[in-house]
Amino acid sequence: MKLTKRRGAIVSAGITAALVLTACGGDDNGGGEGGTAAEGGSYTLALYSDPENPLVPGNTSESEGAQVLEALWTGLVQYAADGAVEYTGVAESIESEDNQTWTITLNEGWTFHDGTPVTAQSFVDAWNYTAYSPNAQGGSYFFSHVEGYADLQAETDDAGNIVAEPVADELSGLEVIDDLTFEVTLDAPFAQYPVTLGYNAFHPLPESFFEDPEAAGKLPIGNGPFKADGEFVPGQGFTVSKYEDYAGENEAQVDTVEFVVYGDIDTAYLDVQGGNLDISPDVPPDAIGTAPDEFGDAYLEAPSSGFTYLGYPTYDERFSDPRVRQALSMGIDRGPITEAIFQGTREPADAFVAPVVDGYREGACEYCELDVDRANELLDEAGFDRSQPIELWFNSGAGHDAWVQAAGNQLRENLGIDYVLRGDLDFPQYLPLLDSQGVTGPFRLGWAMDYPSPQNYLEPLYSSAALPPAGSNYTFYTNPEFDELIAQGNQAASNEEAIEFYNQAEDILLEDMPIIPMFFDVEQAVHSEDVSNVVIDVFGHIRTAEVTVTG
Amino acid sequence: MGRYIARRLLLTIPVMLGASFLIFAMVYALPGDPIRALGGDRPLAPAVVAQLREDFNLNDPFLVQYVKYLGDLVQGDFGTDFRGRDVLETITQRLPVTARLALVAVLFEIVIGIVAGVLAGIRRNSFLDNVVLVSTTIVVSVPILVLAFVAQYTLGLRLNLFPIAGIREGWYSYLLPGLVLAAGSVAYVARLTRTSMAENLRADYVRTARAKGLPTRDVIVRHTLRNSLIPVVTFIGADIGTLMGGAIVTETVFNIPGIGRTVFDSIQAQEGAVVVGIVTLLVFFFIFFNLVVDVLYAVLDPRIRYE
Repeated sequence: MKLTKRRGAIVSAGITAALVLTACGGDDNGGGEGGTAAEGGSYTLALYSDPENPLVPGNTSESEGAQVLEALWTGLVQYAADGAVEYTGVAESIESEDNQTWTITLNEGWTFHDGTPVTAQSFVDAWNYTAYSPNAQGGSYFFSHVEGYADLQAETDDAGNIVAEPVADELSGLEVIDDLTFEVTLDAPFAQYPVTLGYNAFHPLPESFFEDPEAAGKLPIGNGPFKADGEFVPGQGFTVSKYEDYAGENEAQVDTVEFVVYGDIDTAYLDVQGGNLDISPDVPPDAIGTAPDEFGDAYLEAPSSGFTYLGYPTYDERFSDPRVRQALSMGIDRGPITEAIFQGTREPADAFVAPVVDGYREGACEYCELDVDRANELLDEAGFDRSQPIELWFNSGAGHDAWVQAAGNQLRENLGIDYVLRGDLDFPQYLPLLDSQGVTGPFRLGWAMDYPSPQNYLEPLYSSAALPPAGSNYTFYTNPEFDELIAQGNQAASNEEAIEFYNQAEDILLEDMPIIPMFFDVEQAVHSEDVSNVVIDVFGHIRTAEVTVTG
Repeated sequence: MGRYIARRLLLTIPVMLGASFLIFAMVYALPGDPIRALGGDRPLAPAVVAQLREDFNLNDPFLVQYVKYLGDLVQGDFGTDFRGRDVLETITQRLPVTARLALVAVLFEIVIGIVAGVLAGIRRNSFLDNVVLVSTTIVVSVPILVLAFVAQYTLGLRLNLFPIAGIREGWYSYLLPGLVLAAGSVAYVARLTRTSMAENLRADYVRTARAKGLPTRDVIVRHTLRNSLIPVVTFIGADIGTLMGGAIVTETVFNIPGIGRTVFDSIQAQEGAVVVGIVTLLVFFFIFFNLVVDVLYAVLDPRIRYE
């Protein structure tokens, strides 16, 4: 090939393209080489997908992002591994006389990773930013109880188009008193308010965040025990190192933690076996049978806040009679399903509130026990048409097929009702169908708490205020009595009193049975011999600061 | 040939436009609401949903969405995915990873495949020929997923020769997944080379060369192999494009943060901007490598001329 000048230009364009490719290829080789475990107090921790980038507390609601934020931020309050609220965070006190106006006083000495102090303004700015709808933050609704929230929401028409900008960009219910004090006014009394404030939507943001939120999302600056060493690389992860000026009690025990993204739990598990990964905060279902023997003390189990249920479309005539709903729930024997399909890694649900929160009552749900005779009687009483199969709905590709089918088999055997599996929709199709009352039979959903309170298991799922599209009440169950008891619980003067009201509210559900409670989750994790003191908290997160390196 | 190359490169523009339109239309046609799925069990605040729909032009009719997308694209803006990540950044982070994986795989194809094929072709029906025949048959018939797990378990975990997963050990990390990814193609290249060699060894010009008294090495390398490589080069060229896009299984098993997995995840999440951006680029590579193949023809066979 002889190249003239003109021809040469075209060829060189091709060569340049090839060079760009290889040049891009060169730059991310070096970073990860120091990642071997246990040298100089470092360990590796698996994530099972990318966190929702950008890593902004007000916009992170899924578990992987929350696990990263756990290391980078410390909230107003913290939760003990068992879910109790502890004042070991930024707040010195959170007080109110009427449960509606709350005065939050901060501890002195807290700083962000860029050295700037954590002040009352850091919280108020962050909360305003999250609540303001043009910022499109997923955690916006956590501020819906704060006075003035509606003014920060853009006005929309019925088709969901924005027709007017919000009238305000600051919550009128937030007021900075001084550097370390601010006041929050809610639209109604809520005694459990301090309990909610450990959730990551309430974390503070430094001033630099507001100058460039996009950059801050890549290189987050928090106030937690670890600071980010560099940008999070999607698909790969990043390293965080101990923040030396951390003001909290639970400072990091190691120098660095490397978060490594795995696309697949099996691969992460294999990597722990091979000694290339220190902590896998989950165990593949196939390995649960053998993991305890293989890992011994390095295999962990902990109760989790996760709750799986089959919701009834209460708007459907077939499922509108509570007796039918009670009967179907009694027709399923949950124990064998948890054993055979989940190898005992889930507990049969016996309440509407998970065991990890204060206010859970063991065995509260009498219709959650198998009682074939009574179930059949109730179905006859209610005149349920058994000749028609019931449709069981679940979202596809998430491993729900086996247990939903097992539940269906039990209904067929115990109650003589045939079933049809409707598990062919992905989440993007499944959820809108739930919103629009499109499902025609019991549907699978789960719930994990945001903060440890029975209220968080009841109000968002069954109250009238939580009807779609605003909330998660997909059963479209409404009961004024229930709403009233929740309101009373929210306004109660003390935690004990609140729990009494919540229990009464749960009692109503235990009769009306808008859902079939199925399982409570149990978390599993495995780790290498190089690390110890690995703790899974009630949110299913590894407590990154507490882990120590022994190897 | 310069005009030929220029014409071929110009041709990529309508092809890429058409491809991006088709892909955009297909993603658009997927049922379901990706914004709704962002919230999961817990719906986002209605005004936030409205804001996101507006940000991503989701309330516009299909054609308007596409034109807006193209308008941004010609300005070099690939857009962001629903989680606020820059698509171009995703591509520039992931593409080199897959490119390296594909490069390793192609090297395996060239080195192992051609050498095995040539040896088997020269010594037909020998023991070596049979070894190649049997081993390639096995490799082709075993699903890549099985092959990946077996390789990972034996060579990675048990013998500890290679890293089990990830790319944290640089090029070394790519060897095992590269071999697995290449396995099927290596076998195909070997068989193709063998057949091609065997045929050409019987050809008149080879007999002439031998009769002239040329050394056997020259006959095989300069006369037979050069001609035999034409179909092999065609296959490898087309295979590069396939490897770039088809690495989903290998990338998942070996936890390689490349383009294959990203496309798969993005389709599931209905991340239109990501899917269109990546696939359009893949189409470009496919065309580009085919062009390279066509140019290589002329090098291998001087009788082929492009004007």
